[in-house]
Amino acid sequence: MSLLAVRELAVARGGLRAVENLSFAVEPGQVLVLRGPNGIGKTTLLRTLAGLQPAVAGTVEAAPETMAYAGHADGLKPALSVTENLAFWAEVFGRRDIAPALAAMNLRDLAARPAHALSAGQKRRLGLARLMVTGRPVWLLDEPTVSLDRDSVALFAAMLRAHLGQGGAALIATHIDLGLPEAVALDLTPFRAGPARRDTRPAGFNEAFA
Amino acid sequence: MKALLLRDLRLATRAGGGFGLALAFFLITCTLVPFGVGPEGGTLARIAPGILWVGALLSCLLSLDRIFALDFEDGSLDLLATAPLPLEGAVAAKACAHWLVTGLPLALAAPVFALLLHLPGPAYPWLVVSLLIGTPALSMLGAFGAAVTVGLRRGGLLMSLLVLPLYVPTLIFGAEAVRRGAAGGDPLPALIFLAGVTLGVLALVPFAAAAALRVNLR
Repeated sequence: MSLLAVRELAVARGGLRAVENLSFAVEPGQVLVLRGPNGIGKTTLLRTLAGLQPAVAGTVEAAPETMAYAGHADGLKPALSVTENLAFWAEVFGRRDIAPALAAMNLRDLAARPAHALSAGQKRRLGLARLMVTGRPVWLLDEPTVSLDRDSVALFAAMLRAHLGQGGAALIATHIDLGLPEAVALDLTPFRAGPARRDTRPAGFNEAFA
Repeated sequence: MKALLLRDLRLATRAGGGFGLALAFFLITCTLVPFGVGPEGGTLARIAPGILWVGALLSCLLSLDRIFALDFEDGSLDLLATAPLPLEGAVAAKACAHWLVTGLPLALAAPVFALLLHLPGPAYPWLVVSLLIGTPALSMLGAFGAAVTVGLRRGGLLMSLLVLPLYVPTLIFGAEAVRRGAAGGDPLPALIFLAGVTLGVLALVPFAAAAALRVNLR
């Protein structure tokens, strides 16, 4: 039973198709690494899978509430401390225990520090620790390693491996090698929407709403 | 929902959260009007209900664009949209937090500011009651305006244009209740209409605001 099955999917950004005819499935314990040049639609695909925007065509099959999305922004409140930020998301997702997440991303020493006093890499670590408190099986990660140092990338890889060991899965858009032997690469280049399709706007598409 | 409500209250009361902004604006309005209109008690007493309600309404408007804009910028809104909490619930929680840090203090502080405007004595309880009943609608309609304009740069002006016409029924019935209270009439009919407007807004607007947010997040 796959956690996520995608058939003939087409996604659009700003009314223009980016990727089309995409089909794949994600099994428990699997990592799919999305590859492709800038602007091909990796972020758009992840946002579509997260349910933040509708698919143009095709189907996404997944049980409800399986996706945890982590985008370019970490969703942190500068005025709140590391613990308060994490505890808020834990409570939104109906969980209490944030200690394992703090430990996994080595944030225990920073727990009382307000988020505005964190460095970019520390903020990113907090943003990634949030994934653990969601309790969701499929992680959709958009460039998760941006501004992380080498040690933190290793921490993140360890956290990801533990997640996979518990039957989780992940889709990662990244340009760097995470050192995960089990990762399967999915190159989006062959699925780029053809030029003819890119120029056709959907029926009723209004320039004013582009 | 509780978590979101508590977080918003905590953010509003910390440094830079904007708590007190509405109150300060309300105070400024009520202090300046006697200077502009002149210190004659009779004139002030006649316009006081209207000035107090308009002042409360404009103070409310001041902090509206923060309801969703900050969450949109730091990515929290994306994450909230993928959370188990329905977006309608998130809208309701955020509007409620906005009311607790603006509408409620305004309603409680209004009698003090009413002194500056020579509001007749019998109107004081009706002023507080009408503000308590009416301001939740202001926060919820404001949340709708903020949801429609989230992600727009300098969307504040557009939001004011969208929201102000929606505020008119609340303003009319709220000010009317206070005016009748001041004149010794029966303010109840106006209060009932005011409560009707508020209940209708609270029931319907979260869905409209959530739909607007979903479109804007795409």
